[in-house]
Amino acid sequence: MHRLLTALTLLFLMAGLTTALAQSGEFFDPDQLAFELAAMEMEPEGPEGKPWIQALAPEYIDTSEHAKDGPWTVCFSNAGVDNPWRVVGFTTMEAEVDLHPEIATFVHVDAEGSDNKQISDISGLLASGDCDILIVSPNTTAALTPAVEAACEVLPVIVFDRGVNTDCPVSFIRPIGGYAFGAAAANFIVEQLPEGGNVLALRILPGVDVLEHRWAGAERIFADAGLRVVGAEFTEGSNANTKSIVEDYLQLFGTIDAIWMDAGATALAAIEAFEDFGAPYPIITGEDQQDFLIKWRDEGLTAVAPTFPTYQWRTPIIAATMILSGESLPSYWVLPQPVITEETLESYIQPNMPPLHYALCGCEDMPGFPERWGGR
Amino acid sequence: MSDATTVTRTPAWKLALLGVGKVAPVFFVLLVLIVWITILNPRFIEPTFFLNFLRRSAPLMILAAGQLFVVVTGGFDLSQGSLVTLTVLAGALLAFADPTNTWWVILFLYGMGLSVGVFNGSVTTFLRVPSFITTLGMLLTLKGIGLLWTGGAPRGALPENFRAFGRATIDGVPLLGRLPWAVIILVVLSTLFIYLFHRTVLGKHALAVGDNQRAAALAGINVHLVRISAFTISSLSAVTAGIMLGGFSGVSMNVGDGLELEAISAVVLGGAALLGGRGNMPAALAGALTLQALFTLLNFLGLPSPLRVTVQGAIIIGAVGFAAWRAVRAGHERGA
Repeated sequence: MHRLLTALTLLFLMAGLTTALAQSGEFFDPDQLAFELAAMEMEPEGPEGKPWIQALAPEYIDTSEHAKDGPWTVCFSNAGVDNPWRVVGFTTMEAEVDLHPEIATFVHVDAEGSDNKQISDISGLLASGDCDILIVSPNTTAALTPAVEAACEVLPVIVFDRGVNTDCPVSFIRPIGGYAFGAAAANFIVEQLPEGGNVLALRILPGVDVLEHRWAGAERIFADAGLRVVGAEFTEGSNANTKSIVEDYLQLFGTIDAIWMDAGATALAAIEAFEDFGAPYPIITGEDQQDFLIKWRDEGLTAVAPTFPTYQWRTPIIAATMILSGESLPSYWVLPQPVITEETLESYIQPNMPPLHYALCGCEDMPGFPERWGGR
Repeated sequence: MSDATTVTRTPAWKLALLGVGKVAPVFFVLLVLIVWITILNPRFIEPTFFLNFLRRSAPLMILAAGQLFVVVTGGFDLSQGSLVTLTVLAGALLAFADPTNTWWVILFLYGMGLSVGVFNGSVTTFLRVPSFITTLGMLLTLKGIGLLWTGGAPRGALPENFRAFGRATIDGVPLLGRLPWAVIILVVLSTLFIYLFHRTVLGKHALAVGDNQRAAALAGINVHLVRISAFTISSLSAVTAGIMLGGFSGVSMNVGDGLELEAISAVVLGGAALLGGRGNMPAALAGALTLQALFTLLNFLGLPSPLRVTVQGAIIIGAVGFAAWRAVRAGHERGA
């Protein structure tokens, strides 16, 4: 028994040490943070009401060398379709393909969340010789960089969602970014708590750049404002874990004034923990999932919802047709990233859509809406 | 130790401690954890909070109870977790937030559990496919069905009267305060499981089959029936856990992820032999509660939750190692 305990303690220490090391600041980039905060205030270029073809501070590049007669084959190497955000995004992307008759074939390869599979997917697509253009949503940044570089040698490449460490793609498409997301949520909490208070941060996982940026964007704001962050816990995206963690913190601290979340899928579970505990609702930050937005309205919560819009899945298809037609387009295509506030809340609520439907899909006018997205 | 002629007598306190160790060390571990948590947070043992803790633990305890039946017959049920997920997803999709649907949906879900269990059991026992493979296949199949059926993101919602089993409380109960429905269900089911396992022919036969299948068959036990029953109980417990978890925390795609391993850890922690033939129901239930208490302790200690998986692994190795070490030592004593 003693030996077991010693072994356990050692394991605790080792695992704690490695996590601590992995989290020490490697994800903080002050230049990127400054750019993102500035971008949140910018007016985008492009048609009103169509944020998926708007761009912030674009620098256009000539693509006439890639012009090609149709019909085209567009190939897409996808990191995965393993969470509701990606499901909504990919559904939207497929609908966008249907809007372009000049795309004769759309080839989708799902890497199922594996770097290795995605690397061989990409080389398979290149070897087939069928693709006129390649869209990549990389699984992880560093691992996919060589594969994307190899693809750039052969055909025009578009990267979106997560990044790679090379500027060889013709266009890199993404919303403003994680720092701005985290900062928007943290600033809201700071404004609501001028007297200070307890904040519980709920995060999905350590070590994913998009998510680390969100926390990096928030952490400093809380520290500067002198709010007490009582915990930053990983929920693994599980409702049950979220509810248990919030209950434990409520027991420990009696009240929690605000909940900061790096993703909104478990926001409802966090709110329910307060209900079941009999504690007053906290100030809470979520995302654009319908279940959270509806709860926010029905209970009159003090809340805000930064977004990582799923309409970004439309843009790569549009960009592909632009490149193959030789039109110029932004080489670093930064899409607007709206924040849902109490004033704009009502316009994002869609009771006919599934609970984890993302309101910013930009898909309302697309063929097959709402059934294609699981609505009725 | 039973040698009456020994001059030096073992002190009484040591005997008592050994007694506890013999019954099931898990109760001792559980007690230590609860005391530790209470030192960190004295409110933990207030009735309302402790009942809340039990509510949260109920699904895993029920899963562990079901898993124990399979483990003592010498098998594994790896499909429990994905059956939990499918239960929640199907419940939300079929009930679609309409409370009038709740009862037939629950019946349907149990029907689903029954077929999964009978299938797992039949393939394992008639086709002699190792249960590890059968239930791993079932895990993937059920996961696939869930993804296909929902299109990858949950649809619909669970009505309030469905969620009540995992979420609702009876307020103002004397002495206890808020009494969760889940705790009442847990007490009833635990009693039923203990009775089934320790007081019925089924429980005895399950142990006999796990100890020595051939000997059990020669002794006239219907091995096929016993094993199929064990898998069926396991699947039905997964449906029950799914209904309670869906009620507790709502609908998500990953609600059941990894629960089968937590249930197996709990059973092992409760002193069951992984290759069958030995097991104890109250200890398995306590094993599940111990795991849950450990996760709570990690929260209170402020340790990051990825540690949960590491700790769970260490526990399986530690518990099995400890059991083996005890067996070796017992062997020495006998030999001496």
